[in-house]
Amino acid sequence: MDFPLFHLDFMGNRMLVAIIAILHVLINHALAVGFAPLVTVLEFRGYLKSKTKPNEGKAWDEMARKLMFFAFIITTSVGALTGVGIWFATSLANPASLGSLIRVFYFAWFTEWIIFVLEVIFIMIYFLTWKRSNESPRRKRQHILFGVWLSIFSWLTMAIIVGILAFMMDPGSWVEKKSLVSGFLNPIYLPQLIFRTPVAMMMAGCVALMVTAYVMKKQNTWKTGIMKYISFWILLWMPLAASGAFIYYWHIPRVMIGNLPVAIGTQQFQNWYGSLVTVMIVVISIGFLVGILGTFSPRRLPKHLLIIPVISSFLFLGVFERLREFIRKPYVIGEYMYANGILVEEYPLYQQTGLLKHTPYSALSEITEENKLPAGEAVFTLTCTRCHTTHGINSVVKRFELMYGTETPLNEEAMKTYMKNMHNVRYYMPPFPGNDEELGALAAWIAEQQRNPKTLEGPQIKGVEVKEIEYKLQNLEK
Amino acid sequence: MMVAILTQIPIPKDIPLPLPLPEWLLVFILVFSFLLHILFINLMVGSSILTFWYELRGKKNNDYDRLAREIATTITVNKSLAVVLGVAPLLSINVLYTLHFYSSNTLTGNIWISIVPWVAVAFLLFYLHKYSWDRLADNKPLHLSILGAGVMSFLLIPFIFLTNINLMLFPEKWGEIQGFFDALTLPNVFPRYFHFVTACMAVTGLFLAWWFGRKKFRMEGRFENLTKAEIKKQMLNLALAATGLQFIFGPLLFLTLPAKGVTWGLFWVILAGATIAVIVLVQLWKILNKKTQIPGKRFYLVLVLFSFLVAFMGTGRHLYRENALKTHKKMMAERTAAHWEAVRKAHENLLLPEIETEKESAFPGQDIFQTNCAVCHAATTRLVGPPMTEASEVYQNDISGLKQWIKKPGRKRLDYPVMTGFPQFTDQQLTDVANYVLEEKWN
Ligand code: HEC
Ligand code: HEM
Repeated sequence: MDFPLFHLDFMGNRMLVAIIAILHVLINHALAVGFAPLVTVLEFRGYLKSKTKPNEGKAWDEMARKLMFFAFIITTSVGALTGVGIWFATSLANPASLGSLIRVFYFAWFTEWIIFVLEVIFIMIYFLTWKRSNESPRRKRQHILFGVWLSIFSWLTMAIIVGILAFMMDPGSWVEKKSLVSGFLNPIYLPQLIFRTPVAMMMAGCVALMVTAYVMKKQNTWKTGIMKYISFWILLWMPLAASGAFIYYWHIPRVMIGNLPVAIGTQQFQNWYGSLVTVMIVVISIGFLVGILGTFSPRRLPKHLLIIPVISSFLFLGVFERLREFIRKPYVIGEYMYANGILVEEYPLYQQTGLLKHTPYSALSEITEENKLPAGEAVFTLTCTRCHTTHGINSVVKRFELMYGTETPLNEEAMKTYMKNMHNVRYYMPPFPGNDEELGALAAWIAEQQRNPKTLEGPQIKGVEVKEIEYKLQNLEK
Repeated sequence: MMVAILTQIPIPKDIPLPLPLPEWLLVFILVFSFLLHILFINLMVGSSILTFWYELRGKKNNDYDRLAREIATTITVNKSLAVVLGVAPLLSINVLYTLHFYSSNTLTGNIWISIVPWVAVAFLLFYLHKYSWDRLADNKPLHLSILGAGVMSFLLIPFIFLTNINLMLFPEKWGEIQGFFDALTLPNVFPRYFHFVTACMAVTGLFLAWWFGRKKFRMEGRFENLTKAEIKKQMLNLALAATGLQFIFGPLLFLTLPAKGVTWGLFWVILAGATIAVIVLVQLWKILNKKTQIPGKRFYLVLVLFSFLVAFMGTGRHLYRENALKTHKKMMAERTAAHWEAVRKAHENLLLPEIETEKESAFPGQDIFQTNCAVCHAATTRLVGPPMTEASEVYQNDISGLKQWIKKPGRKRLDYPVMTGFPQFTDQQLTDVANYVLEEKWN
């Protein structure tokens, strides 16, 4: 209502946020949270070996450094930028909600930021002083200690992010308490953490195994030893990841079902929940196989097939991430703000007087027969574009066509009735926030879109219309 | 006397939640953390330009190639700090200027979001350049092109930030611009840009003079002819020249500021900064001529003076923003207050008896039907579900079967989607709506 609303008419804003966020979570888990401890352990092994077998120790140390190099490059570029990118994208996709969340969670994010700065500092020290640390055993020990610190701070950033995510999944109690603590006390917080930690370790192992297989020469005598060790690492975390996944799995329906007020949601959830078991079993068996094979007979590991555990462990996390879709309630902030950015409290006003009057970003206030179509477009922008496009992903026109069929043109009256009550039958959509004329204009515009499809450009391309208003000068001079 | 004006300025309503901290504290955090952020941005941009310049000269003189390589190592750290240190001002500007900042972000949205992939790629280019130095020693054109692409990115990306930070100050322009390039050409973006790039060179010059001047930095074995003194001289000359140039770009920037935010207070703050800049120039000149030790007393004095200079400029920058938005913020506050008054009235309207009785109709079943079922079922035509003529027929003498179906439908007609269930209905509601369905004349 009060912001110009960024709109991508093909992929939709949510897709933009999802792409950036998923990329970030994957890099964060595999290459930071899991990688830092794995590399530190490898370095430590190398240090121990170097006491008796200097050559072998050196080979281990060198491989650990190469792994860290890989993680360093990715996390400090794509990793760091997608982290900031989640903010950028969310503030475009739903400025009202991010603006409100930041006011409430300023401290949490500020704390997160401080830990984040420390993490960056440690990763710099750890990677950039690696070569110099080989000068003396004392330096090496110190260096390994930096690796430990890096691991701790990487884990802490994740622990806080998960809290914020958990809050976003179920902000319910915020409305009364208005504190972040409720996010951390969320019943799904601990299970999530218990699940994510070993999965991150396992993913790091899979990536490290693949990188090692490609980077080290076949002739290198120490290659098998290292491969064996990394496989063992995967094998070690496997049962923890499996039980973490199971605990999480067991908790989900207990928390979720209450959030799914209608049967359709419950049905979809059941389907997903069923396929989850399959995915869990498949991924865990693949990981287990690779772990066993690598631990007992690392020479047999086929190099190119090592990409499979990497992809499947990414998939594993991805399937769990999808969970958030099922809690897409009509709210972005529970009982306080709907996903269209409009506050629950403002609804009566908008429904009684119409919403176009109240936005600065539409030239129209009253709907007439002539301005019906542009008004409908403005209403669509305000009420549906946070989740729908016109003809792209989750297109309104297609959604209506799927419901009513394409044999006859979309019926405006039927659409009006539907939209007036859609929140009763499709729990994930907010109620329509305007009055009847606006509903009519919206229906007319959707019907017109079916007849003459046109792309709806966002304000980043076509700018915004501004309503001309009368302002009393005197107030200003006070 | 009341004078009404017609205005084309968008006046949005503010977010109705309190600030998390007192405003002055947030302003302090914003100004301070922003300066920290921009310091490392300066180092990152300045060093990347210098790396390019010295590597280019290195084609003739090997020493310069090595110097370029030394400078390149500093970018790795500075660029990462620059990015994480950007998060604190980002958070703070988000709370303090939510409406202004997000609006300008949106109006330049495509380019704004492109920062994310673009900076990531630029960083990767710098890594590629740094770690391929030996491998591409024989292919300097390629090596320099990689660097060139990175440097170009670092020189272009600031435009995106500057355009946004500038656009947010002028709500009266929001209705006029169409996309990033329109916003880029608003007055003041370019003068601000030159001021910024010049500052990068000055800051980097000072930093590198210290970096190469340190005792810990060993020259032996790294350079053939280049001496510490020579490097220091070049870096300080750069700092001096760049600071001197600011006496052109600074006034240019000040004079092109749209008048609405310029006040005497702002003028004095900027003047104080400029005065310190004069002293900095004199001191730099002395260091250069007297071959003073770096780091040494006089050098530290310059650093302290420079910090004050930057603090004044940063404060001035904030003052301008506050002044420029003062009227608009006031209008917003009034608008917000009026809005919430209207919201309160609307809530009262809900309680008015007429509306109440209108809602409390004599046919509860009909109401339930209208709000929950009519969405998919019409009387005689197929919508999402079958027409009611057909559906009510099925349950003519079976009200409990109908109630059961409404509560938890199954799958009957294969050419229709599944029906949504209504488990939340009470038994009374189910009875009401079922009665209505069975008693209503549908055709
Ligand atoms: C909170 C985000 C959100 C908002 C706001 C929203 N929708 Fe939806 N809408 C959805 C989702 C999610 C779906 C389901 C998509 C799917 O099934 O994959 C959907 C589905 C639909 C459907 C098909 C429903 C069905 O029964 O199959 C229609 C029609 C629809 N939306 C219209 C609208 C209109 C018109 C508006 C604006 C007044 C709107 N929506 C606002 C999220 C939203
Ligand atoms: C993605 C990480 C980054 C974040 C989170 C970030 C954050 C910010 C914020 C919040 C501001 C506004 C501060 C204010 O006006 O008070 C700002 C300004 C700025 N940033 Fe960054 N930034 C990032 C990366 C960069 C990069 C990579 C560059 C340059 C290559 C850059 C250059 C600038 C410039 C030039 C300004 C404006 C200076 C001015 O207004 O005078 N930033 N940044």
